[in-house]
Amino acid sequence: MSVNVVLAILVTSLATFSSRFLGVISSEGIKETSKLFRWFNCLAYSTLAALIARTIIFPVGVLSDASYFSRATVVLFCLFIFFISKRNFVYPTVISAIMMALLSEHL
Amino acid sequence: MINKEFFFKGFKSILAPDSPAIALGCCFIAIGALLKNLGFNIQESIFSTMLTYALPGSLVMAESLLVGASLLNIFLAVWFVNARLYPMTVSLFPLMMHKSQPKWKYYFSCHFIAVSAWLIMKSNYKNIKKKHRIDFWIGIGSATWTTAVIGTFIGFYSSDYLDKNIMIGLAILNPIYFLCMMVGAMKTIQIGASVILGLLLGPIFYFLSPEWSILLGGLVGGTIAYFIGELNVS
Repeated sequence: MSVNVVLAILVTSLATFSSRFLGVISSEGIKETSKLFRWFNCLAYSTLAALIARTIIFPVGVLSDASYFSRATVVLFCLFIFFISKRNFVYPTVISAIMMALLSEHL
Repeated sequence: MINKEFFFKGFKSILAPDSPAIALGCCFIAIGALLKNLGFNIQESIFSTMLTYALPGSLVMAESLLVGASLLNIFLAVWFVNARLYPMTVSLFPLMMHKSQPKWKYYFSCHFIAVSAWLIMKSNYKNIKKKHRIDFWIGIGSATWTTAVIGTFIGFYSSDYLDKNIMIGLAILNPIYFLCMMVGAMKTIQIGASVILGLLLGPIFYFLSPEWSILLGGLVGGTIAYFIGELNVS
């Protein structure tokens, strides 16, 4: 293994684990019925939603090569499938990959 | 030690019909292929998934290496993207902490905090007695973590057969799955408002600061949603 790659992996894992570990330390003083817990719950859902929106609208990696139109089409269509399939997670997920691959090939 | 009954109960949750296994596995297939294209060998790719186990962080590391960023820059870039794991941990671990359980379980299992495992635990914890939730969680985390490692392995060795369009298809899979799960979790005003505000504010804050957009979107959106929920209750 090259030293640079190993160091980059270690630095990445350290940056990632620090947030998780600090979260556990903070959790020790928080009751699940407290207002603070409810606030953190809102923060967690909101942060995840922000991450998902950013991943789709301002992606990093190969997804950035797909057009805004194709990404928006896939998202809206898959949400439609999600609701008409009585909130089934599998159908929209599988359809999204197939649809995105086809759209990026033809658009 | 870990209670085997609850560990395997958690581990088997990955086999449920609405499990994130497919989405998670496919995304790590894309990561495995990406890492190979970047020049990683199989050991480095597996090592990266095992130690980091956070998809956005791995992507940021890969992109940073590509542009020749310094280790400090990689650390900061990954920290910004993965700081979301802090509120996720604080909103989950108080549900699992029990005085009869040793602390090492919590310190060890926090490595499994990732969107997929977090969402499974959030939708199942009420069915498990508090004392056993940590063992159940370790089971869920082990299953999702194993899926990620296997996905990376498959992606690394199948990268030659994956063209750009397939890679793009695999890359959208995870955000769509999580988006559906988040929409499905909108059962209270507080969580519904959190999700909607996060979806709106994350991209808006991106124009102010790309690095801080996720954290600011989550902080502002979550805080507004919290007060909306509290006002509604009172």
